[in-house]
Amino acid sequence: MAVSCICDQRALTATLSGELDHHAAKHIMTQLDGQIDRELPRQLTIDMGAVTFTDSSGIAVLLRAHRQMCRLEGELRVVNVPSQAKRVFQAAGLGRIIRFE
Amino acid sequence: MRTKAENFVTLDFPSRSSNEGFARTAAACFAAQLDPTLEELNDVKTAVSEAVTNAIVHAYPDTIGKISMKLRLHPDNSLEIVIRDWGVGIADVEQARTPMFTTGGEERAGMGFTIMESFMDTLRLRSVPGKGTTVTMRRKISRRPGAR
Repeated sequence: MAVSCICDQRALTATLSGELDHHAAKHIMTQLDGQIDRELPRQLTIDMGAVTFTDSSGIAVLLRAHRQMCRLEGELRVVNVPSQAKRVFQAAGLGRIIRFE
Repeated sequence: MRTKAENFVTLDFPSRSSNEGFARTAAACFAAQLDPTLEELNDVKTAVSEAVTNAIVHAYPDTIGKISMKLRLHPDNSLEIVIRDWGVGIADVEQARTPMFTTGGEERAGMGFTIMESFMDTLRLRSVPGKGTTVTMRRKISRRPGAR
């Protein structure tokens, strides 16, 4: 699992790749927390296009990012969600809380 | 008419988080004998990942303990998955299955059982505090036209 971040004019894009399970989630949360605290973005985009597997640990990662962005009064959008992850997020009803594009 | 012989496998492994990926991949390899679609295979992987993660996070919070995964093929083309631990157990199994309920703090979403239930056909949860927990799940794999 890898996280790479680019920030441009307080719009932070975090690209996740690999398998997003409990084993990887802690590392991702630490990386995202650090980037958000450093850049104080108005908008956070999480790109999941290169994620090959997700379970409920992915839900916890997105909910945490959502809380962080609410705290900063910014917005979160999640893009390029693969079909396996989409099924997991739908089962949890995550679309009611998080903006998927 | 001959029915397909049952097949089974048992895997024991320590509750290290690096085994989450191993367990779901092993389950998918075994399930491949039923000629599942990619979506069915992903559903099995996701449910196994949830059950094994629960055992790692909740059954053995401060220690490394044994997790056992049994996989069994049934003649009706279904896969049975039994994931067992000998950890702390769950006092209230109904509460544990409630969406959003977690004792795992901010790192967990409390959606593990919700996902296992929606991706599997049946789920049985048995637990004795201080003795351990057994999750039994079953999922029928569709027979595809043109398959054996």
